[in-house]
Amino acid sequence: MWSNVLYIDLETGEHKIRDRSDLFDKYIGGTGVATQLLLEECPPHTDPLSPEAPIIFSIGPLTPIFPCVSKAVAMFKSPQTGELGESYAGGRLAMAMRFAGYDSIVIKGRAPKPSYLSIHDEEVKCKDATSIWNVSSIEVIGKILRDVEPGKGRRSIMRIGEAGVKGVSYANVNVDTYRHFGRLGLGAVFGSKNLKAIVISGTEEVEIPDMDAYKNMYKKLYEAVVDTEVMNKYHDLGTAANINVLNQLKGLPTKNLKQSSFENAESLSGEYFADNLLLRKIACSNCPIGCIHIAMLKTPFHKGHEFEVNHISYDYELIYSLGTNLGITLAEDVLRLIDRCERYGLDVMSTGGVLAWATEAYERDLITPPDTLGIALRWGDTDNYLKIIDRIVKMPNKFYETLAKGTAAASAEYGGEDFAINLGRLEIAGYHTGPASIVGQLVGVRHSHLDNGGYSIDQKAASQQLTEEQMVDKLIYEDYGRNINNSLIACLFARGVYSEDNIVDALASVGINKTKDELATIGREIFLAKYRFKKQEGFDLGDVKVPARFFETVSQMGNIKKETIANMIQLYREKTGV
Amino acid sequence: MPSRIKVANPNRCIGCYSCMLACSRTNADSVSLIDSAIDIRTSGGIESGLQIIVCRSCIDPPCARACPTGALTPRNGGGVVLKNELCDSCKVCADACLPRAIHFDREDMPVICIHCGTCARFCSHDVLEMIKTEVL
Ligand code: SF4
Ligand code: SF4
Ligand code: SF4
Ligand code: SF4
Repeated sequence: MWSNVLYIDLETGEHKIRDRSDLFDKYIGGTGVATQLLLEECPPHTDPLSPEAPIIFSIGPLTPIFPCVSKAVAMFKSPQTGELGESYAGGRLAMAMRFAGYDSIVIKGRAPKPSYLSIHDEEVKCKDATSIWNVSSIEVIGKILRDVEPGKGRRSIMRIGEAGVKGVSYANVNVDTYRHFGRLGLGAVFGSKNLKAIVISGTEEVEIPDMDAYKNMYKKLYEAVVDTEVMNKYHDLGTAANINVLNQLKGLPTKNLKQSSFENAESLSGEYFADNLLLRKIACSNCPIGCIHIAMLKTPFHKGHEFEVNHISYDYELIYSLGTNLGITLAEDVLRLIDRCERYGLDVMSTGGVLAWATEAYERDLITPPDTLGIALRWGDTDNYLKIIDRIVKMPNKFYETLAKGTAAASAEYGGEDFAINLGRLEIAGYHTGPASIVGQLVGVRHSHLDNGGYSIDQKAASQQLTEEQMVDKLIYEDYGRNINNSLIACLFARGVYSEDNIVDALASVGINKTKDELATIGREIFLAKYRFKKQEGFDLGDVKVPARFFETVSQMGNIKKETIANMIQLYREKTGV
Repeated sequence: MPSRIKVANPNRCIGCYSCMLACSRTNADSVSLIDSAIDIRTSGGIESGLQIIVCRSCIDPPCARACPTGALTPRNGGGVVLKNELCDSCKVCADACLPRAIHFDREDMPVICIHCGTCARFCSHDVLEMIKTEVL
């Protein structure tokens, strides 16, 4: 085991399995292997929505052998940024891939008809999806497939909604209703391949060479996960706890980052959600934390106490992007907006960024009622935002077609680049904490706040007086190191538990012997391989833009200077060689 | 006094499968879901809640009564004990158990709960408990 790659050609419906221990031995698994597969399978300058563009999924050698090793990675060429697409999802997918016996899956081609993949142990079939191709609701597609597919109870179902079918460049892939390959547009890539869904399940077992060593290590890691405050923080209020925290620190992007704190933050806080809307918490397979917070939204739709009840998962980033960043004042309205994005399969963070930019562009008359088809964009106007979301997916005119490509594309067309809040063409995560957050998202391989956790380096810098160089060193350390966590693939929420020492021991307990130094080298190699792909597709760190707004709005660390950012990027390039 | 496993708070389950992995790791020396005597599953997707399926410790176990070979015998304190060498994998026991707590591994052997309590020790949400039973 550890090295089965399933190759599927949607054009012919054929598949083959190859042992790729050459890659797994060297790059561990997860993102390490997926990066190499991407370099192999995606020729330079491939159109991300063409049949030649690959979709690659991967899990790691510890999936699901140790607690919180619960993620699968998807790698592809992003239709939104035109370069590296990399996204992580939890749910049951990683476990389902392991027990089906596949460490990686490579999908290429375009199916001649709307299709879905049905993968159950060694049975791999490409099936007709014509009758569900235009079913817009993510939830309904799941219900339909559950009835016709085997593997009941513990299978994983990935699917796209209308946004993916229509090719919105930030369409996501929904995984098991409440998790997603959210960012960078994997949903549009699915749509371009006529691929509506993937169902996967399996009954394999994993053999462990030394059971006693393994059991001891399991117990140690399990206790570390459940006994530390890691669990409390993510289980209790969840990431939504950050709303009040960042609001007080002036790090909470609000109204398109015109502000970094929000006068109504309290009513969107994690505390408010938990006290008033939280229904229950659930977990990804193999994770005892249970960080997935599900809210219940009850909406009257008729006289006589007729209610529509929706269960909606929420997190900090969602509340920021469709809440504070749009000036929404009611938590219930944030849920309505999240629910609409979920139904269509839209990445919530990018959708919120696009709506925020459009609202400000509308205020400044860069876009006008003829563009929006008469819908006014106003801070806090949930009903109109819902209408705009509908139209981003339906694309009735050129304006909405442009919005469906993201803020960078929209501002290039309509102006307002100074307040088009994106870094590397991706709408930002909810942190205006200081320079490390900005630089971190710019230099990060997938422009994610999780590439290197720049926001938390800012927080350290605030208390410890770090120099620019020290911040850059920390970014680089995380950029390299997280490639190892992401090759296992352990959830980054448990990164406190998966320390370098624990990773070495965990790998050793299942017969994979790597020293700390070797792992550090591999982490760096994976990082550099990703940059090879990025450069091949035209990304140049010497030519990145930071919209003026980032410097105008006060951050947690005061006003950020242009020179600081330029200097840190320069240092980063010198030290990493990218 | 013998003990048995009890599903004490089913609605607290978060669906993490830690209990299943603990059962198969401890009792079958494997990382697997199908070797686990306890079964956590959804019916109708994660949005519809979780089912916890495990032996309910019958005092007069219908599975044992149904077994034609005598491979299953009542356990002191409830539930059953399996004698592997007597079992011929006919699966009659599985049908006799209404909670459907008996399923079969890859070798078609029944996976039977031995009421060891390992799953409860790895459940961090107080869903499972070991309790003392009255019967001796
Ligand atoms: S499968 Fe084995 S234990 Fe079950 S009824 Fe048949 S012989 Fe008895
Ligand atoms: S396996 Fe089923 S029938 Fe047998 S003792 Fe347990 S609950 Fe009762
Ligand atoms: S009590 Fe023991 S045998 Fe029964 S389900 Fe739990 S871990 Fe498995
Ligand atoms: S360990 Fe507890 S919470 Fe997790 S699946 Fe089992 S019963 Fe549910």
